Amino acid sequence: MNAPLIGNYPDATGHFGPYGGRYVGETLIAALTDLEAAWREAQDDPGFMSEFRAMLKHYAARPTPLDFAARLSDHIGGARIYLKREDCAHTGAHKINNVVGQGLLARRMGKRNVIAETGAGQHGVATATIAARLGMSCKVFMGAEDVRRQAPNVLRMRLLGAEVVPVTSGTSTLKDAMNEALRYWVAEVEHTFYIIGTVSGPHPYPAMVRDLQRVIGDEARRQMLEQVGRLPDLLVACVGGGSNAMGLFYPFLDDPCAMLGAEAAGEGLDTPHHAASISGGSPGALHGAMTYLLQNDEGQIHEAWSISAGLDYPGVGPEHALLHDLGRVQYQGVTDREAVEAFQLLCRFEGIIPALESSHALAAAIREAGKRPKTDAILVCLSGRGDKDLEHITAYMKANP
Amino acid sequence: MNRIDLTFAKLAAANRKALVAYLTAGDPDFDTSLAILRTACASGVDVVELGVPFSDPTCDGPVIQAASERALRAGMSLSRSLRLAAALRETVETPIVLFSYYNPLFKYGLARIAEEAASAGVDGMLVVDLPPEEAGPLADALAGRSIHLIRLAAPTTRPDRIRMLADGAGGFLYLISRTGVTGTGGLDYDEVARHAALVKSLCPHPVCIGFGISHGNDAHALAPLADGIIVGSALVRLIADAPSGTDLPERVAAKIRELRDGMDASPVS
Ligand SMILES: Cc1ncc(COP(=O)(O)O)c(C=O)c1O
Repeated sequence: MNAPLIGNYPDATGHFGPYGGRYVGETLIAALTDLEAAWREAQDDPGFMSEFRAMLKHYAARPTPLDFAARLSDHIGGARIYLKREDCAHTGAHKINNVVGQGLLARRMGKRNVIAETGAGQHGVATATIAARLGMSCKVFMGAEDVRRQAPNVLRMRLLGAEVVPVTSGTSTLKDAMNEALRYWVAEVEHTFYIIGTVSGPHPYPAMVRDLQRVIGDEARRQMLEQVGRLPDLLVACVGGGSNAMGLFYPFLDDPCAMLGAEAAGEGLDTPHHAASISGGSPGALHGAMTYLLQNDEGQIHEAWSISAGLDYPGVGPEHALLHDLGRVQYQGVTDREAVEAFQLLCRFEGIIPALESSHALAAAIREAGKRPKTDAILVCLSGRGDKDLEHITAYMKANP
Repeated sequence: MNRIDLTFAKLAAANRKALVAYLTAGDPDFDTSLAILRTACASGVDVVELGVPFSDPTCDGPVIQAASERALRAGMSLSRSLRLAAALRETVETPIVLFSYYNPLFKYGLARIAEEAASAGVDGMLVVDLPPEEAGPLADALAGRSIHLIRLAAPTTRPDRIRMLADGAGGFLYLISRTGVTGTGGLDYDEVARHAALVKSLCPHPVCIGFGISHGNDAHALAPLADGIIVGSALVRLIADAPSGTDLPERVAAKIRELRDGMDASPVS
């Protein structure tokens, strides 16, 4: 590895090499400039950061465990698989880390209203949770199709006092929810804080969300050294927008560890039905950033496709685009079927019901473990728990025996 | 001379304001769209903004979103939008501004779009999600061609930045009248007047006000504040109301006359 990657990106203008930046209408520029300044000040304020850490500990239940999947590893018969158990965090996914940070930042900036987009509903639930905790009003934009397939999370958001706004434009999934959240934000920008749920969007979001999620990797790195006595040979995480993956990978970027991002390959990368923006897309600008997108030759965005609502997005965070181009992280597709198989294996062998998103990471890890010796260690980000997916996955297994 | 510059020079000499009309290319289909555009140019439109339909128009409200969807369903694309511009250019000298999101232009290739837009007779480009900080590559591609890169200023834009935007503006500066996406209504005339006065004082180029202008009344109130007004959703809505209507060009022309009458009834500032 050559120049260090940690601390080097983004540059002063919010670019990760040719990616990232700020591709938004002029109306939002002032808000993004203010947010960037407020975030920089908050990061340098020991009071803010210690409140953030205290809330992660006492409210979000961190640190989450590093857990050796002994029976699963034996069953595969290759490398040993370690799970970073983000499913144990409050609200059941890594999304809470980012939201605690942005929620506190919103309060610091004097904003009383927060909005969010959500796909699987985990980010929406996390945002509704923090809004309740901090006494803010909360609106969550969610594709009508996702409202249907992630019904339990819709109920949770409503119980937490949030308004869920079903979005029926476009393809009625995550990208359309983000379109609608941006449209709402541009109208209400003076009083509203937009809590973006992943490492995408205009600068400073990709860097800010990464810095809030890196607690995953910071903890895991320490836990590997303490519990296993060494760093992992390979890190694996699923990549929707890419926040759990950036959170895990970032603190290891300058270590001699291989990294693998699992993208949703839906029905296969050779079909039009997938959501693998890096493996099956090309560069372009969407939702404020230059990155890899699923699109046609004339720049119209394709509908993404995945069994997993949280990965069903035709773009990816710009830092992943750079890490791909640099060859620092490998990105591979995992099909719906492979993810469901991995889901079942983790249920049966470890007594853990993973989220469908996280099952993509597991499937990629299982594939790699089979090729590697027992002396290798693979660290997987188990980004969330699967309670939200039970109905959906049961239907899938019935239809695809 | 660039047709936009020529138009604003002529209007200024005649003490008149510009009426800029936005229409989505290919809405509801290529031929009807061309007929509407031709009639609009003959009915008092000074500058045409031709909107390239995009799958994810995050700066647009429901009216223009729906127009984009109609056009895309009818097979519209960036390359066909250029063909539409070229077809319009065969019969009119009205300046044409290609109005787009960045992704279609970027994906098409910036050198290629610059060349093809120039040969289609396009006079300006306005890219809604491309602030000057990101516009270097497109500006480079357009260098040496008679195509202005039109900039936007918003109600949230602060004086230092207005100055920066104005300094590099080409053609005219598009002043967004209110926060929010495109669409009709929501205008606070006093608020717009305050901001327009600030922008006018800082901008050496013509300034046109857009977003929310729907009726002759709006045109009457806002035209005196700047060098022109921009109308989009109010025209596009007429297509949404009757996409298969054979009298669409005439209905759009009637709306344009209403707006023009409103403007011309204004006491000129
Ligand atoms: C459990 C879980 N994992 C992963 C994701 C994908 O998001 P990201 O790639 O930002 O981690 C989601 C998104 O909803 C999720 O709920």
